[in-house]
Amino acid sequence: MSKFKKKKDGGLPPVNTASLPDIVFMLLFFFMVATVMREDTLKIQNQLPLADQVEKLDKKYPVSYIYMGKPSANYKKFGNVARIQLNDKFADVSEVGRFIESERLSYREELIPYLTVSLKIDKEANMGIVGDVKQELRKVNALKINYTTGTGDALTNMK
Amino acid sequence: MAKRAAPEVNAGSMADIAFLLLIFFLVTTTIEKDSGINRKLPPIDDSEVEPPIIKQKNIFTVLLNKNDQLLVEDEPMQIKDLRKAAVEFLDNGGDGSCSYCQGKKSSSSSDNPDKAIISLKNDRETSYAAYIAVQNELVAAYNVLRNRRALQIGPQKGFSDMDFIKMQNNHKDVRWTGNKEKLKEVIDQIKLEIPQKLSEVVE
Repeated sequence: MSKFKKKKDGGLPPVNTASLPDIVFMLLFFFMVATVMREDTLKIQNQLPLADQVEKLDKKYPVSYIYMGKPSANYKKFGNVARIQLNDKFADVSEVGRFIESERLSYREELIPYLTVSLKIDKEANMGIVGDVKQELRKVNALKINYTTGTGDALTNMK
Repeated sequence: MAKRAAPEVNAGSMADIAFLLLIFFLVTTTIEKDSGINRKLPPIDDSEVEPPIIKQKNIFTVLLNKNDQLLVEDEPMQIKDLRKAAVEFLDNGGDGSCSYCQGKKSSSSSDNPDKAIISLKNDRETSYAAYIAVQNELVAAYNVLRNRRALQIGPQKGFSDMDFIKMQNNHKDVRWTGNKEKLKEVIDQIKLEIPQKLSEVVE
């Protein structure tokens, strides 16, 4: 009888949790490394077209992003034609110039001539709005542009 | 019987396992990087200087209409044939001044790659996807010729088995151990011999 009682008193040894911080840190580091930071919250559909003659966008130099596409499901009230998004809000073509100027102010002076404008445009957008934005960029002398695309067979873009 | 508690599990090596996993993921994860087609817009030119007169045979017109249909040199064309047509045009070498051209030397096509201009016009209703497809094919045409030229002159300069794309990548790559200045010279020479002259019509 006493035999059984003694066992009960001993109970289960506590699980050693000394390595828990290690595991947590490991996960933290993993997600820190693997996460791609999104520059802006998108309010538009932004499915990029594919191309195979692509060059990598060099992050060594400053990059500004201009998004275009039709408003996504939550923003249907803004219509269903392609619109421009600068930073976190919808914008008009006339605001592109001011946007570039304000972007330039945030970079060191010697880097300003290297500013690349990355155009992230939905594949369904039409060229009218793209042409207008390009014209605005020329007006403010932001001539280096990059049509950001996915990597794949470009011929699949054409239906 | 003597009192005996279950022995404690040794967790000292847990940290090692954690770090092992951490390093494994660090090595295998690639961070997504944006890529795309780089272009340079022409500056706005207010001067009243007459543009130079360009012979019609040196211009390769590509029209993209609102239904995403292609018209190349006044002939309808499928997008898959565009690359080949553009290569033929650029590589023609009509005036014989281009020693590295392998084209037909037809008198009705471009004189040499330096004079050859591709003119792209699109409609406001053209879809962006189609525009990118056309841009991609035209860039590809230039790359085909540049790669070919790189394979011709590369070996003489000590860069064998390297096409133009690879040369550019190596030039950017900090881990590449070759002679970067010499490589830059070769890249510049190819760029000069086969310049990308792609003009876009703005209404």
